Amino acid sequence: MLQRLYDWVDERLDITPIWRDVADHEVPEHVNPAHHFSAFVYCFGGLTFFIIVIQFLSGMFLTMYYVPDIVNAYESVKYLQGEVAFGMIVRGMHHWGASLVIVMVFLHTLRVFFTGAYKKPRELNWVVGVLMFFILMGLGFTGYLLPWDMKAYFATVVGLQMAESVPIIGTLIKTLLSGDPEIVGAQTLTRFFAIHVFFLPAALLGLMAVHFIMIRRQGIAGPL
Amino acid sequence: MVSEKDHNVSRRQFLTYTLTGVGGFMAAGVVLPMARFAIDPVLQTTGEGDMHAVTEVSELTDEPQRFDFSYEQEDAWYTSETTNSAWIYLDGDDIVALSPVCTHLGCTVNWNSNENHPNEFFCPCHGGRFEKDGTNVAGTPPTEPLHRYKVEVRDGTVYLGKAEPQI
Repeated sequence: MLQRLYDWVDERLDITPIWRDVADHEVPEHVNPAHHFSAFVYCFGGLTFFIIVIQFLSGMFLTMYYVPDIVNAYESVKYLQGEVAFGMIVRGMHHWGASLVIVMVFLHTLRVFFTGAYKKPRELNWVVGVLMFFILMGLGFTGYLLPWDMKAYFATVVGLQMAESVPIIGTLIKTLLSGDPEIVGAQTLTRFFAIHVFFLPAALLGLMAVHFIMIRRQGIAGPL
Repeated sequence: MVSEKDHNVSRRQFLTYTLTGVGGFMAAGVVLPMARFAIDPVLQTTGEGDMHAVTEVSELTDEPQRFDFSYEQEDAWYTSETTNSAWIYLDGDDIVALSPVCTHLGCTVNWNSNENHPNEFFCPCHGGRFEKDGTNVAGTPPTEPLHRYKVEVRDGTVYLGKAEPQI
């Protein structure tokens, strides 16, 4: 049934070369844990991607109940966690996943560093990777404020002070982030929400595409 | 019957099956909690609904009168004072309380508000009409009678519950 459906579409649109180009490529022996168990270190990039997918999914579902408003944010989080079925699980996935992404990125970076995979001709991919690391830090910083509880509020107050300590343009950066020169409040929350769910994820998706295309262009770095 | 010989599974097939199985299991573990989370509003059980005090029986006449009543409405994390209305009249000893929500597209009907159609409920949006007992007038947009509130009288006070379809 499925096979015939596939054949019907393939006959008209010739889709086989498309997915073959994406998915069908050989895994070199030195990165295959089935050959050398120590090659599991090559899995961390894929695991990072896997957890980012979970973050995208769980985040999309959380916005079904969450409102970025200083009056309702905390109550809506409390409601979705306490009253909605599996709310604790879905929020838990997003919460723990956020930390796990950083762990995986760190391990992935260590592997790339110690195998020297960042060297010519792959310098640009290292740069893109570091940019993505910054974006993930930004996602962590902006997402932390969203529950709008005491911890979230004061973590953001501290974070904004750090931004303010930048010479000359510090105050500008702080106001740009918080939406108000003095208050950490209504405008800060909506800004952080917009950055957290639209701007940074979009940038992350773009950079991930670049990251993966470069891997396919250049191939996996050779063995040690 | 398939003979034992035809059960040969190649190494590639075996790996395909196990990987698909394990992968499917993992994907389900990720997706199922989120799916259940998303469809929760459909599966929430709705309570019977409270009865709200609206007016005194002594206030009621044969003529439908509009009564507004307020109550606390719980909407997930948001609780607010909500106002509802009912058209109430006496039909002999029977108390009839009709919902003002037009059964066509949900506008609000009024009693006796159109000079051309006296003693009827009239909806200004598309000219829907209902008789005194809520029956929809044939040839006008509504397809069913006005909904009727559950009525309870305690110590001379009229309490209304949920408005329910008459048919």
